[in-house]
Amino acid sequence: MSPEPERPPRPARVSRRGFIGRTTAASLGAGALPRPDQATAAAAAAAAAGAPGQPLPGPPGTEVTLRVNGAEHRVGVDNRATLLDTLRERLRITGPKKGCDRGQCGACTVHIDGRTALSCLTLAVAAHEREVTTVEGLADGDVPHPVQRAFIKADAFQCGFCTPGQIMSAVALVEHGPVGSDDAIREFMSGNLCRCAAYPHIVRAVRQAGSTGRKR
Amino acid sequence: MRGFEWTEPDTITGALDAAGGQAAFLAGGTTLIDLMKLQVMRPSRVVGINRLPLTGIRVDAKGLHIGALTRMSDVAEHPEVAHAYPVIAQALLLSASQQLRNMASMGGNLLQRTRCTYFRDIAEPCDKRDPGSGCAAVGGFNRAHAVLGTSPHCSATHASDVAVALVALGATVDLRDASGTRTVDLDSFYRLPGGTPHIENALRPGELITRISVPRLPWARNSAYLKIRDRQSYEFALASAAVALQVRGRRIEDARVAVGGVATVPWRLPGVEAALRGRPPGLRTFEHATADAADGARPLTHNAFKIPLLRRTLVRALMSLEP
Repeated sequence: MSPEPERPPRPARVSRRGFIGRTTAASLGAGALPRPDQATAAAAAAAAAGAPGQPLPGPPGTEVTLRVNGAEHRVGVDNRATLLDTLRERLRITGPKKGCDRGQCGACTVHIDGRTALSCLTLAVAAHEREVTTVEGLADGDVPHPVQRAFIKADAFQCGFCTPGQIMSAVALVEHGPVGSDDAIREFMSGNLCRCAAYPHIVRAVRQAGSTGRKR
Repeated sequence: MRGFEWTEPDTITGALDAAGGQAAFLAGGTTLIDLMKLQVMRPSRVVGINRLPLTGIRVDAKGLHIGALTRMSDVAEHPEVAHAYPVIAQALLLSASQQLRNMASMGGNLLQRTRCTYFRDIAEPCDKRDPGSGCAAVGGFNRAHAVLGTSPHCSATHASDVAVALVALGATVDLRDASGTRTVDLDSFYRLPGGTPHIENALRPGELITRISVPRLPWARNSAYLKIRDRQSYEFALASAAVALQVRGRRIEDARVAVGGVATVPWRLPGVEAALRGRPPGLRTFEHATADAADGARPLTHNAFKIPLLRRTLVRALMSLEP
């Protein structure tokens, strides 16, 4: 079964995610549903108590190497775990969003070996040793990727939930050649849905990023 | 999703051994993972096949050969495919989304399961998913369902676009298992639902599609795929047409015609092809030749519109070709 997930050190300042996590835990109160990492820790503790050499309890798992944004992570996963859930829940890489979890909305879009793919329809075990890039891997230090800058400049989002996926698709389009007409942009980006319907500004951002080329 | 054992061999024989007639092969996963989450498919063993040497596109004197694990986007963007077989490139580019085309393999595309909502919902009866349970589409919402090749047990459409183009062009698939490789016409690979809609094709348990081949057909340069749907992009066909015409001196020498979105399998129309031969290309010929294209159609409550739509789609696709 899965070992304790590696966790990056928590930042000292209060983040939105940390705030929401803590207040939610507080409102649920002690004895409420365990968070996934606590459940995993409990399972790992149970597994550690078993006799050596015995099959581990629980569903079949596999030890995989995930290469995400240039860093290598060794992680034991349930074979059923998607790359999306593994990134978010185990590696705390939360840029890829879980929208539909059915391969229909594109919010979970990442790059695998340089091409856009849906992390909700990719098993973590099938991503073993492949190069994964999420929205967190785009910026050059503190300098956002040109596509990220174009999204800010063109006001290409409203609620922002679909934005990491939109940006990953847009980066693939801009970096692989001429972005083409607005219709060609819409066609390439059609797998990324936006419930706020920010589409006109998204198309403008992609057009701008495409016209300024690939330079950072 | 149910738990499953996972292996990912490097060789074809390794994959065939690991499967042993019981497992599900996983390539792009765009159908399988989706249906495993819905518990429509519940394999106890999954064999990853992305490491097998089954990718690549080759054009030679015999025609076009596509490794079964080549991704849809690689075939769609291949210059020789786009030049020599535009109907294939167009059918692929009009399929799904860029992310899904990057993920989905060509072999997996041919095997993708229907989008019938009742098939995908395990709370509903479905003879394709649970043989003998009945068909919820008959008395249900069936606007998107098939009108051709149906049976009282199933009216689910076959969802692939490129399969329609490949059937029109007379493509074959190489199927391999532990006993060897056999080559099957794609047209006869697919099975009509009849009383056994759960049997969709000629693939045996544990058998793997290794290659797709399209015979050399120089006049396939004059081919096109037209897809009619509710949205401009990222949507399945209500009706689609794959057409190719060989025209010499204002006379149609030969034709290839198949339709999608309207039938339970990719649906070739040899009668339409015969009616086109020997006639001058043009609206009158196309309307005349497609008059009986929907012969034998059995519409349900909400999908009778597909009968005239199928014919109009064919005529418009034929009109888009070089006369």
